[in-house]
Amino acid sequence: MTVTINHYMIVSLLLFSIGFFGVLARRNFLTILMSIELMLNAVNLNLVAFSRRLSDLTGQVFSVFVITIAAGEAAIGLALTISLFRQRKTLNVEEADTMRG
Amino acid sequence: MRQLIWLIPLVPLAGFLINGLVYLLSHRTKNAPGHGHGHDEEDGHGEAHAVPPVAGSHPPTGHGHGEAHAVIPFKGLHTAVGVGSVGIACLLAFGAIFDVGLKAFAHGESVTRVLYRWIPLGVNQALGEIPGPAREWVVDVAFRLDALSALMLAFVTFVGFLIHVYSVGYMSHEEGYGRFFAYLNLFMFAMLVLVLGANFLILFVGWEGVGLCSYLLIGYYYEKKFAGDAAKKAFVVNRIGDFGFILGIFAVFALFGTLDFATVFSSAAQNPAAYAPYMTIVCLLLFVGACGKSAQFPLYVWLPDAMAGPTPVSALIHAATMVTAGVYMVARCNVFFRLAPHAMIVVAVVGAFTALFAATIGIAQNDIKKVLAYSTVSQLGYMFLACGVGAFSEGMFHVTTHAFFKACLFLGSGSVIHAMAGEQDIRRMGGLRAKIPTTYRTFLVATLTIAGVPGLAAFFSKDAIKAAVFHAEFEAIPWMPKLLYAVALFTAGLTAFYMFRLLGLTFWGRFRGTPEEESRIHESPASMTVPLIVLAFLSVVSGWIGIPIVHGGNRIGEFLKSIRLPIVGLSEKEHHASLTIEFALMAAAVAVAAIGMYLAYAWYVKGEGRTPAKLAAEWPGVYKTVSSKYYVDEAYDRVFVRGLALGGGNLLWEVDATVVDLIPNGASAITKGVSWIAAAFDQYVVDGLVNGVANSLQALFGVFRKAQTGRVQNYALVMGGGLFCLVAVYLLFR
Repeated sequence: MTVTINHYMIVSLLLFSIGFFGVLARRNFLTILMSIELMLNAVNLNLVAFSRRLSDLTGQVFSVFVITIAAGEAAIGLALTISLFRQRKTLNVEEADTMRG
Repeated sequence: MRQLIWLIPLVPLAGFLINGLVYLLSHRTKNAPGHGHGHDEEDGHGEAHAVPPVAGSHPPTGHGHGEAHAVIPFKGLHTAVGVGSVGIACLLAFGAIFDVGLKAFAHGESVTRVLYRWIPLGVNQALGEIPGPAREWVVDVAFRLDALSALMLAFVTFVGFLIHVYSVGYMSHEEGYGRFFAYLNLFMFAMLVLVLGANFLILFVGWEGVGLCSYLLIGYYYEKKFAGDAAKKAFVVNRIGDFGFILGIFAVFALFGTLDFATVFSSAAQNPAAYAPYMTIVCLLLFVGACGKSAQFPLYVWLPDAMAGPTPVSALIHAATMVTAGVYMVARCNVFFRLAPHAMIVVAVVGAFTALFAATIGIAQNDIKKVLAYSTVSQLGYMFLACGVGAFSEGMFHVTTHAFFKACLFLGSGSVIHAMAGEQDIRRMGGLRAKIPTTYRTFLVATLTIAGVPGLAAFFSKDAIKAAVFHAEFEAIPWMPKLLYAVALFTAGLTAFYMFRLLGLTFWGRFRGTPEEESRIHESPASMTVPLIVLAFLSVVSGWIGIPIVHGGNRIGEFLKSIRLPIVGLSEKEHHASLTIEFALMAAAVAVAAIGMYLAYAWYVKGEGRTPAKLAAEWPGVYKTVSSKYYVDEAYDRVFVRGLALGGGNLLWEVDATVVDLIPNGASAITKGVSWIAAAFDQYVVDGLVNGVANSLQALFGVFRKAQTGRVQNYALVMGGGLFCLVAVYLLFR
């Protein structure tokens, strides 16, 4: 069996869905961060797969950008995690609802 | 044999894995719950008593004074794996080199072994107006053995092996024995990857690997703050260099569409007109990387601090092998550099300046290892000076001889420190000649070598560099080579001076410590002295591969000729200077070295340091500046560390408080008056209106407030649902 672009897209879709589910359903802030990471990487996979198929480096360059941004996002996210934990002694996002109207 | 070159780096990697795993596992069981902090306690017993707190490494102590040492688990295994793996790598390396044959290398023969395709990027067009069809952009994991890498391979594995043997004796009472050998093996792996890499990216992998190992080994005594700080400093300064280096690699990739050395250099050599305009920037970027790794001004500051690591590490990584990687890389890219004459001038000037600058600092240092560290920086400057004037094979020649004599000097200093129970200050030594005769003799030989005594190794290699500098021609700045030559000659005199100062203060005269210390001085074990003797022997004979003038004497030059690809349309004159000039240059070098040696002997041994003390007293400013290393560290600290982190914030604050605030303060006084009138109007007329509107709106939109739950997942769900609806509408009605 040869691996075609469809396979990449299916894997990417699965990854994205898992990630999205994680963001919606999990309560732990860290897990949500990881789920976001999964979604980003699903997008990366798509970009690289299409870049390869279309013989165009732009997609790969973009995925490198995404990885870079993801690194920044992880750094900020972890900083938030720490300050959240310091404030509330928990990482449950349900309890972080100060912004309720 | 030649097909096995990929095994050469892998054997030390296996050694690293075995040693590391065994060390980890044996220490995990030891620190298991119930045993408490067994590790820490033993550290306290084994070391802290015997070693006075000195700046620098603390080597094993306690020979013969009956101190109970912690039993090191699996010591035999660590020794066998650590030394054995490097020994096998060394045998494999020499096997591969002789399988191809020295003659074949000299004629440009090379072996390339592609292990696997690493990064296939797809078909793309190279940058710029460079002709040629679009091709597959790939990076392979590939190793390449040619004349240049064969030379590096030979001395890296051999000196590496000797230093591993030496470490068996030097580190024998260390708690972290297994950890040390694991790191050292990992270093050998990375260094061999660096040397054997067949493209820029593999070279970079090794480049970063040696940087990591350098960091780990400088911080080997991680419980000491200065060691940790020095490790971090080395790592950060190297990152600055690597930043330039990786930009250079990107530029090469964009220009050529490949990183493979053979393809890149041959296409640049065949089509210089297309590539030359880009080469200055590429070479400068690559040189930034070389500056970081090879400790050139202004990025040299990490190397003297790196002496916080154990002495074998200083010998292996910070003298013989890793720090010469920059020179190796520049020599490897000689085609690029020859296409960029302006970058060459930069290389030469930076090299010459570093050589002189570091040598002057070396004069006023009192730590035996610091003197050698600045000497290394200075000699590396020499090598870059050679590369900068286009004498790449002369530069590599000096790399080779330097590896032997500097490793010998460092290991000798380790033996001295070992004998002195951790003392590193040469002002507290003296007269060690009779106490540790083997160390003294080998140190003497290596010192005579580096000072440039005729017939010994460095005499030939330094002479070759100085001759090349003398004959060099820079079109842009014609007077520059003569100035560089003067600098090189003066530096040679300084080198002879500070090395003899070191030798005299350490080994000659009378002992300046306490009698109790004197009674404890002892010669090192055979595992330490034998490598010293071998290295001393090599620092005598290794120069004989590059004898000038004599026909066929310059074997190293012939051997490395093939790495210098002929560039189309660029005629490079070979200099056949007259014998008179050659001999005159040599005579000048010998005279300068002799003056340096004599001055050091007269001032520090016969005069017992009275003249230098008087000089220092007469010019306290000069002495203070030099002995404080020109305050470069302080300047970096002021500008980059504190300047950016704290000063920047403070500065803005000051500006804000004085200049910016002036305007609003003035304005506020006027506004206050006006606003008093306005306030009255506001309170009664406007507020009534606003409050009325607000109250009615609040009642109206209280419903929507409920949607703002403050729970981030609700928002995400709404966002996802909205996106789903939009996409569904798009798909249905497009």
